[in-house]
Amino acid sequence: MEAVSNFLASDLFYRFRKSPVAVLAFIVTALLVLSALFAPWIAPQNPFDPGSLNLMNGFSEPGKPNQFTGETFMLGTDDQGRDVFSTILYGLRISLFVGFSAVMFAMVLGSVLGLIAGYTGGRTDTIIMRIADIQLTFPAILVALLIFGIAKGITPPSYRDEVAIWVLILAIGLSDWVQFARVVRGATLVERNKEYVQAAKLIGRKPMAIMLKHILPNTLGPVLVIATISLALAIIAEATLSFLGVGAPPTQPSLGTLIRIGQGFLFSGEYWILLYPAGTLLALALSVNLLGDWLRDALNPKLK
Amino acid sequence: MPTPLLSVRDLVIEFPTRHGPLTAVDGVSFDLAAGEVLGVVGESGAGKSLTGSAIIGLLDPPGHIASGEIYLKGKRIDNLRAEDMRAIRGRHIGMVFQDPLTSLNPLYTIADQLIETIRTHLRLSEREARQRAIGLLDDVGIPAASRRIDDYPHQFSGGMRQRVVIALALAAEPELVIADEPTTALDVSVQAQIIDVLKEQCTQHGASVILITHDMGVIAETADRVAVMYSGRIAEIGPVREIIQNAKHPYTSGLMGSIPTLAQEEDRLVQIPGSMPRLSDIPPGCPFNPRCEKVFDKCRVQRPSLIPVENRQVACWLYEDTGTSEVAT
Amino acid sequence: MSKVAAKAATPLLQVSDLSCVFDVSKPWLNRLIEREPKQFLRAVDNVSFEIRKGETLALVGESGSGKSTIAKMLVGLLDPSEGTILFDGEPMITHSSDRMTELRKRFQMIFQSPYASLNPRWKVADVIAEPMIVLGVEKDSAKIQARVDELLDLVSLSAADGSKFPHEFSGGQRQRIAIARALSSSPEFIVCDEPTSALDVSVQAQILNLMRDLQDQLGLTYLFISHDLSVVRHMANRIGVLYLGALVEISDSKELFRAPQHPYTRMLLDAVPDLEMTGRKRKEVEGEIPNPINPPSGCTFHPRCPFANERCRREVPRWTRTKTGVAACHGVEESRIPETEMAR
Repeated sequence: MEAVSNFLASDLFYRFRKSPVAVLAFIVTALLVLSALFAPWIAPQNPFDPGSLNLMNGFSEPGKPNQFTGETFMLGTDDQGRDVFSTILYGLRISLFVGFSAVMFAMVLGSVLGLIAGYTGGRTDTIIMRIADIQLTFPAILVALLIFGIAKGITPPSYRDEVAIWVLILAIGLSDWVQFARVVRGATLVERNKEYVQAAKLIGRKPMAIMLKHILPNTLGPVLVIATISLALAIIAEATLSFLGVGAPPTQPSLGTLIRIGQGFLFSGEYWILLYPAGTLLALALSVNLLGDWLRDALNPKLK
Repeated sequence: MPTPLLSVRDLVIEFPTRHGPLTAVDGVSFDLAAGEVLGVVGESGAGKSLTGSAIIGLLDPPGHIASGEIYLKGKRIDNLRAEDMRAIRGRHIGMVFQDPLTSLNPLYTIADQLIETIRTHLRLSEREARQRAIGLLDDVGIPAASRRIDDYPHQFSGGMRQRVVIALALAAEPELVIADEPTTALDVSVQAQIIDVLKEQCTQHGASVILITHDMGVIAETADRVAVMYSGRIAEIGPVREIIQNAKHPYTSGLMGSIPTLAQEEDRLVQIPGSMPRLSDIPPGCPFNPRCEKVFDKCRVQRPSLIPVENRQVACWLYEDTGTSEVAT
Repeated sequence: MSKVAAKAATPLLQVSDLSCVFDVSKPWLNRLIEREPKQFLRAVDNVSFEIRKGETLALVGESGSGKSTIAKMLVGLLDPSEGTILFDGEPMITHSSDRMTELRKRFQMIFQSPYASLNPRWKVADVIAEPMIVLGVEKDSAKIQARVDELLDLVSLSAADGSKFPHEFSGGQRQRIAIARALSSSPEFIVCDEPTSALDVSVQAQILNLMRDLQDQLGLTYLFISHDLSVVRHMANRIGVLYLGALVEISDSKELFRAPQHPYTRMLLDAVPDLEMTGRKRKEVEGEIPNPINPPSGCTFHPRCPFANERCRREVPRWTRTKTGVAACHGVEESRIPETEMAR
């Protein structure tokens, strides 16, 4: 309770209230996340349970009764008769899950490596940061494709669909750790020389304790900002991979998979199969990104 | 009485915040005569630097002058447009800051910067301006000025850089120089040199000086009069010697007692309990009342204005009835 | 008690021939291309001194004098390049971690910046309790809490302040918290690195008074580092003056101010502003501190010294006994420096 009231009284919350863009972005993000979380309860059907599908419902136009069955679908149906609204809700679930997990993975990996590089310095620092530099010279999506390809090569075909999501998380996470490492290393270099760290060294605290208890909490601000912006990028990366057909399998389609499926129908007139998932992806990525931008400005008043 | 060179009337500087405006400088008034050196002394947050910035029109937003007037030679300057103020800065008011690198552009040579300043404000040819610049550097004690003028700021040591800044401040013969903590970033042995140069050069060019510092020692050696600031207000203003040797305001006397000196043999320093209030909770009445030994009821409710005592002014209710006569302590 | 009595003769801290050399070379590739040799900075050069139990030794010097580097070496934050530090007869640098923990309980440090020396994400009580817990002085959490309250009280803060965060305090109050932390493991020896230079004068007076009271109350030994001679005069029993990493004079505090021997000490004293307005004219000091990477030959002070001669330019001065202490100056050794008129 105290934490909540503290937050409501904080400068951060005040700045948030004063920024209409941030409030709007937050509402859109929250709506999308909540509907993804409660998809099984909100969605009119489970689009991936073949039993609940009726092929006769295929290609229903949005908001109009189907010519064969008379059923109405808010956002229409695809060729299999799947409700597009439901597929979007389930797709959001996958997209958000992959994006969120990938960012968490990248954040933990990057922060740990950045902390070690910044605190230890010397050769360890050089090795970690050179790897990061080299990785930065390749486009992230290429790195993800490469990791995905390798993972595909070493998993037996029967497991591929099961592990596809985890491989996706690994691939996106590994392509994204560098910026966390750089930010945390930079902050660590600043904090390392502050006198509170010297005071801890003086009493013989081990480097591990100093890094985790003293330095890490003071680097969390920028990490949070990067994490939010990365979330938008990770969701787009996931969509890109899935669109290219190397991401989420058709049995667990994400928004990217839906877009790939939908583009086949664009020129035959069934625009809704593409348009609504694409619109959702755009809204999600944009609102998360705006939220990240706002957070960056709010936590760093000097930029204003 | 002739018009003072600079006259500040009821200056109020505010910072807007979500909890309402914070008043950082509250009703500051003083006059500065031509050729005079006024020291402004106070602890961090007392509003001394803000007062200086307001006079030269360089308050950092969101801070702004909420009310009050500033006159230079009888002409109001606090409400000028930015470009008109820019013409006054440099030509009529010169500046010396704590960090020489805020006044010097690291990308240009000293010659470039001096000549540009001189030619912006004075009608001189490139050659004449260069001659003048070398003369100025010579005056502030830069050895081999004609050679070193083509060096970049980073090629000078801290003390030498501050000398260059003084030359730059005086380049267009301003009537007023505002020096904000000019020696704080320097080593003790160099401080004395810079203070000497500043004072000597300003006297020679006939410029008045407002010397803003937290160091009473610097004021003692340099200023004619001193204004002691506390919580955005002037607590006491008057001739330096008298204020240092016989402070009237309890804050001033506490401040003087708390400075360790070389002559002192006592074990304990005089200490003022507590610390200066934050801007967000300045107490009603006299802002010093919670820390004051001589506090009485009136101090807690009514704010004292400057009361003339002898040849100085003190914002303290102790002197309300005494007017200009001495109070028994 | 008997242990203390037995060791009363030995100084608490003995520093001999302490040096610290930093490699300030450009990166390897730049050196290769620009054909420059490696560059070294002797931040501390052959410094020796002793601190007796219960006294305050002050080290004064301007920027680049190596005073903070010495402080860091004394508390083990920096390894000396040469020389030894004996704490109560035992070498300070030991590889046995148990012995090191025992030693660490006995010394502490107060830092310059009250803003950077407290972790902004930690509550004040946790900040103060950390040395106690890490060094294993106290294990029971109720006792730790009681000790934290006691320490807060000792530095004139209230027990309720323990649950606040550092940003809720003013600079002076933060320095009090830093002092409470330094006292938390009940040390005997405290290194104070410019503890008041970031504070306003009226607050500085409070902190200096507090530090003196604590010294009397707890029998602490201080090494007090400062650039401000008037502060040093107020705090120290003995004073060492540093110039470009080397000690130039050590003397009893009162004597140093009455009869400074080394020309640099005199110059420093001359540069202190005259607040009594006695009309004493500050003497114009020549020149500035040279670049420590390329220090002058012989006595490093010779380019600024009014008494320098050929010998000073050539030969590094050795320690000479003076009437008041010791000084490293050829002029003092040859008694060719006029008696000072420093009688105050």
